[in-house]
Amino acid sequence: MALFALRRLLLSIPLLLGITFVSYVVISLAPGGPLDFLTPEDPNASPEVTARLIQEFGLDQPIHVQYWQWLKRAVRLDFGRSFLPDGRPVLTKIGERLPVTLFLNLIEMAIIVGLAVPIGVLSATRQYSLYDKITTIFVFVGFATPDFWLALLLMILFGVQLGWLPISGLRSLNWEYMSFWQQQWDFFAHLILPIVVATFGGLAGFSRYMRQSMLEVVRQDYVQTARAKGLSERVVISKHALRNALLPVVTILALALPGLIGGSVIIESIFAIPGMGQLMVQSVFSRDYPVVMGNLVIVATLTLVANLVADITYGLVDPRIRFGGRRRRR
Amino acid sequence: MPRRRPRGRSLVVWVACGLLGAACNGPIESGPDEGPTAGGTPAYGDTFIQASIGDIGGLIPSLTSDQSSHEVGGMIYDGLVKLDKDLNTAPSMAESWTYSRDCLELTFKLRRDVKWHDGRPFTAEDVLFTYQTMINPKTPAPFKEGFLLVKDVQAPDPYTVRVTYDKPYARAVETWGTYVLPKHRLQSFAEAGTLRESPQNSRPIGTGPYRFQEWKPGEKVVLVASPDYYEGRPYLGRIVYRVIPSQATIFLELKARGVDYASSLTGIQYARQTEYPAFRKAYQKFRYPGSGYTFVGFNLKDPRFADLRVRQAFAHAINKQELIDGVRLGLAREATGPIRPGTWAYTDDVKRFPYDPEKAKALLAEAGWKDRDGDGLVEDRDGKPFTLTIRTNQGNDERKKISEITQQRLKEIGVQADIQLIEWAAFIKEFVKPRRFEVVVLGLGSGTDPDQFVVWHSSQRGPDQMNRTGYSNPEVDHLLELGRASCVREDRVRYYHRIQEILAEDLPMIFLYTADALPVVAARVHGVSPAPSGILHNFTEWFVPKQQQRYTSG
Repeated sequence: MALFALRRLLLSIPLLLGITFVSYVVISLAPGGPLDFLTPEDPNASPEVTARLIQEFGLDQPIHVQYWQWLKRAVRLDFGRSFLPDGRPVLTKIGERLPVTLFLNLIEMAIIVGLAVPIGVLSATRQYSLYDKITTIFVFVGFATPDFWLALLLMILFGVQLGWLPISGLRSLNWEYMSFWQQQWDFFAHLILPIVVATFGGLAGFSRYMRQSMLEVVRQDYVQTARAKGLSERVVISKHALRNALLPVVTILALALPGLIGGSVIIESIFAIPGMGQLMVQSVFSRDYPVVMGNLVIVATLTLVANLVADITYGLVDPRIRFGGRRRRR
Repeated sequence: MPRRRPRGRSLVVWVACGLLGAACNGPIESGPDEGPTAGGTPAYGDTFIQASIGDIGGLIPSLTSDQSSHEVGGMIYDGLVKLDKDLNTAPSMAESWTYSRDCLELTFKLRRDVKWHDGRPFTAEDVLFTYQTMINPKTPAPFKEGFLLVKDVQAPDPYTVRVTYDKPYARAVETWGTYVLPKHRLQSFAEAGTLRESPQNSRPIGTGPYRFQEWKPGEKVVLVASPDYYEGRPYLGRIVYRVIPSQATIFLELKARGVDYASSLTGIQYARQTEYPAFRKAYQKFRYPGSGYTFVGFNLKDPRFADLRVRQAFAHAINKQELIDGVRLGLAREATGPIRPGTWAYTDDVKRFPYDPEKAKALLAEAGWKDRDGDGLVEDRDGKPFTLTIRTNQGNDERKKISEITQQRLKEIGVQADIQLIEWAAFIKEFVKPRRFEVVVLGLGSGTDPDQFVVWHSSQRGPDQMNRTGYSNPEVDHLLELGRASCVREDRVRYYHRIQEILAEDLPMIFLYTADALPVVAARVHGVSPAPSGILHNFTEWFVPKQQQRYTSG
């Protein structure tokens, strides 16, 4: 098992290099460059400034040299400074955005899992019942509803019409003057709408996976055996079926790990939450290569780690993989 | 944008998207119907909350080109001169200035009572330092042209600055509205070329009416009134710029009274969605002509458009009023040229091309484009049909609609047009700059000074230059050179009037309309008076009477 993990770990190094190289080339090939945004479409803009910045950023070098320079610094975890006029270090910029996104997504993920598992299990055990049909409709409506539309409707209802919840942002402007508990409530109130919107969309897929997986498992012989032993249906489902049905779901969960720091552009923009999704999109639009690359490295690393974790947990929970003659991929 | 001061920047900016912060001028058409604007006793205090669609780029505005940074920077920093409400240069940190007889030497007398926010006195040394920083090749300042024309700057005493030029420069005084930077905080960074990394770029001090308090990237910027501001302490005690990246959310925050100011509503928001009593009670709505214009531009390198008759045919085929009504809900005025309406150099006494499809067809026929095979489209002598692609940038609904309506109108005169929407960066880099286009729909801002040398002079047709249509006319060239080198306003008026006449006849582009700026300000704020230079020009005089104050001022 350890050998297996080590082998996978070593294999991911060239993979990561490949990912960063391809990303670097692709972002550099995207039409326009950072200078198009720093030196605007303005007649008073000086051409020599462009030349000066191209040199300062090293953009006059051939692309493989640029990548090499970047890589040499990146292995020392130095991702450089943003090309934007604030010129702040990439890690600082990511650091101030990451906690919010991580926090939001963890809560969201917990709610999704907490709701999706029971919804899926119940739908599966009562397949084609009224409950199953209602939840099916509900999750498909959730799946089909555009985030931004739902967000706007909820904002109009709870923010403008009823005035119960704040519309956007993370804190009220008088936050500094609140008592401790008021501050906690204020922060929480700001999170309600974004979390509801994000959860509503995510719930659908996850509960469907759960339902599908459960449906497969309850048809298996060992579930029949458990029933034949005279165990109650509750014990059959929760002890014998559920554990097995969770297997593929665990994989999906692990693979969702990189999404935790990715952040949702739509939700962050519409609720004015300064998170990773906004940062990524803004840096892509302004061709801020250092920030884009910094982000990509983190996401790529997490994806690889998640894959690894998924494989290992899979091996842990499924003896066939652990003891199988050949290591199988999922 | 606040108090619209010149900053040696943006004579003309190619407006990227939408109407964010359209600067403004001309008479107000409508004020508030309810809520007291006049009256009330001025009082200090309250917080003014603005929504900003983008975060600021940095807090040394000379290094940035985005609207948000300049708005915030304008509150923190001051220049030697500013533009008053009618866009005339007025004293700011300089109490007066004099020109030598030959227009080559400009002497500023500085105020003696100006202090940096950290208490140090402001002197001519700071002005000298700002100039040296601007012309330093290590300084990545996008707008330094005005300073490169300067021959020499001297400070004979701490409160006198003498600038000399090689040849007269019409915008010389305006150039010195640039934000003056604090020498004592920036000298070492400027010399090392690391201004962007200096603390001043994230925690600035200036000499302006507001002091920097806090910047939470992506979230908000907070400024507080400077109690010892040399022109008197501003009434509004605190300004908060909230970063809200979605227009829809900004509008909802307005409806919920979460923000006090929006620089411009959309047409539909202005005309329909804000016309209910609660909104009218909470906000004052304003409407006046903006500063930019939208146009249909031709590539004059294309032999078809090199023919004036074809351009005239297109001008007759397009119904400007229809575009204004359809795209802007009537909230725009017809444009006749590139100069900002209502300013001293503007004239609309120029040739016009009313909507007349028959005349358009006749002009096309004269140019050799006739429907030879009866399919409704015109062809040239070899039977090649007149087809073209109208290109504009993605994400701008107005330009998309203009393209669609124009497509329809061109079809009426037998021209087959396709539409292509392209992401902004790619559009500029791949199509506009290399002039790989036939017809584009774009916007241009008309700046505070009528000098548009770089847009119309034939020497400016290079790939990275601004004469994108490839326009060339020796008379216009000559007039632009004269207008730029004169410091006599009466002469300049003559030159610019003539330029507008010629442009209207030569039709390098069809000037469509100048969109109205449609800002709203919370009704509790008194003293708002829009003028040719916009709405924020007298921001330091805005106030909220004591009993109507809504927030603390920090």
